[in-house]
Amino acid sequence: MNNTENMQAPHVIIKNVDKVFSSGDKEVIALKEINLTIYNGEFVAILGPSGCGKSTLLNAIAGFSLPTSGRVYANGAEVTRPGPDRGMVFQEYALFPWMTVAENIAFGLEIKKLPKQIIKEKVDALLAKLQLLDFRDRFPKDLSGGMKQRVAIARVLALDPPMMLMDEPFGALDALTRRTMQDELLRIWMELKKTVIFVTHGIEESIYLADRVVVMTYRPGTIKQIVPVELSRPREVSSPRFIYLQKEITSLVMEEQMRFRNEEIRDSGGNVSARDESEQVP
Amino acid sequence: MKDRSSLLKKLLYAILLPAILLVLWEALSRGGIISPHILPSPSRVFLRWIDYALPHEPYDAGKTHFVAWLFSGEMPHDVLASSMRVLGGFVIGALPALVLGLLMGASTFIYHLFNPLIQILRPIPPIAYIPLAILWFGLGNPPAFFLISLGAFFPVLMNTISGVRHVDRLLIRAARNLGASGHTLFLRIILPAAMPYILTGLRVGIGVAFIVVIVAEMIAVNSGLGYRILEAREFLWSDKIIAGMITIGLLGLAIDTAMSRINHYLLRWHSGHD
Repeated sequence: MNNTENMQAPHVIIKNVDKVFSSGDKEVIALKEINLTIYNGEFVAILGPSGCGKSTLLNAIAGFSLPTSGRVYANGAEVTRPGPDRGMVFQEYALFPWMTVAENIAFGLEIKKLPKQIIKEKVDALLAKLQLLDFRDRFPKDLSGGMKQRVAIARVLALDPPMMLMDEPFGALDALTRRTMQDELLRIWMELKKTVIFVTHGIEESIYLADRVVVMTYRPGTIKQIVPVELSRPREVSSPRFIYLQKEITSLVMEEQMRFRNEEIRDSGGNVSARDESEQVP
Repeated sequence: MKDRSSLLKKLLYAILLPAILLVLWEALSRGGIISPHILPSPSRVFLRWIDYALPHEPYDAGKTHFVAWLFSGEMPHDVLASSMRVLGGFVIGALPALVLGLLMGASTFIYHLFNPLIQILRPIPPIAYIPLAILWFGLGNPPAFFLISLGAFFPVLMNTISGVRHVDRLLIRAARNLGASGHTLFLRIILPAAMPYILTGLRVGIGVAFIVVIVAEMIAVNSGLGYRILEAREFLWSDKIIAGMITIGLLGLAIDTAMSRINHYLLRWHSGHD
């Protein structure tokens, strides 16, 4: 790994974080006693079944939904609100549909009130970096999923944040596009040395991308195990070590999956609780 | 080749029914089965429509410009008068509706403050305000503008409120993540995101304004298309009544088409449009 020298500096510190959602008389503990330190320039995947609270954890770092108790520190300050120092990439792209590709990328820079010329230069550079030059004046509706996610990444990179938070960013893409985007993301990550926190339910994806895979338990969401991936990049998915890690992590995830299934069967007589934590975030 | 013949076929089908009706109507009217005072023949209506549209004075190059002369007939004046009323009343009604709608959509406090009053007033048709309008404003343009603006107000208001309330929360999150807040968030994200609803409201609003303008002209003023067809009834000019109705229909179509073109352009980013 070429960035071991940065690995000492903590970039995100999550301390004793609990998150409880209450809907009506029912309380759901989404996160319980989460402690996690993520280092500068590190690529961390947060892996778990649906409903394990992984998106809730990411939202806590992003500042969209603060923890019920505990603290989150990022970029040397406690997280209290969303901010451009923690660029977020959403699974649903969240592009502004009335803005062209170039306008979407320029949005954050315009908020910062940078001079027009500088904005134009930055946007041009990002369009080139993400191979979007031919799509500059298109509206998002005319783009494929992969292209949309390129724009979303460029929009976040425009503000040059020290870290990127990615919430299942490639979950809606077909397998081939997904692999292309994973490689693209790795290329950008190695070039720009940003910290990446990547939420996914893809086991292979997490091993392919991350320095460490944080496996979460199903409700309440806790950290089950942190699996370091000490493979050099580009990673070969058919290498014995990759397959070994895949088996190991699969069995960890399957344990949680089974527990979740059993709980669901047990609960099915009564209310089946909402499993998508994002629905409960105001 | 096949494309052209199928297009021709479509055109033929489109014309078929109106053509049969016209021929039947003409025959009934000429055959004396229906009195021409009750229902004049299409050809008479058409001639009357031309007469209504054309200038009455002969062209005199020394007196007026040719274009001014061409539009000096009764119909251009009526069309202009009705159009100005629709536009004026529409602006007077739609602008405050837009502002109030944005405020009500954005603030729960303002929403709860205004909503009960609006729910009480909204079901009252604008036409029911006619006696009050005349009592308050007398006759002439003021009551007409009042009624028309009332007609435009509620559709714009209701659609604007739901437009703001239906803004995708994800877009707001994304914008806040990129540093937007306060009025920037409102003007650059919430307003454009609500635009499809707002434009629907404007289109419905101008449609209602057009209905109300005809009624208002029948009651309060001495010009415009609504006034003209009522005047024609007093002279028992049934052909002119129908000619006036056709003009009203064409003006309504023109306004709606223009509105739809504007919507289409403004919403060219929207996934419903291609």
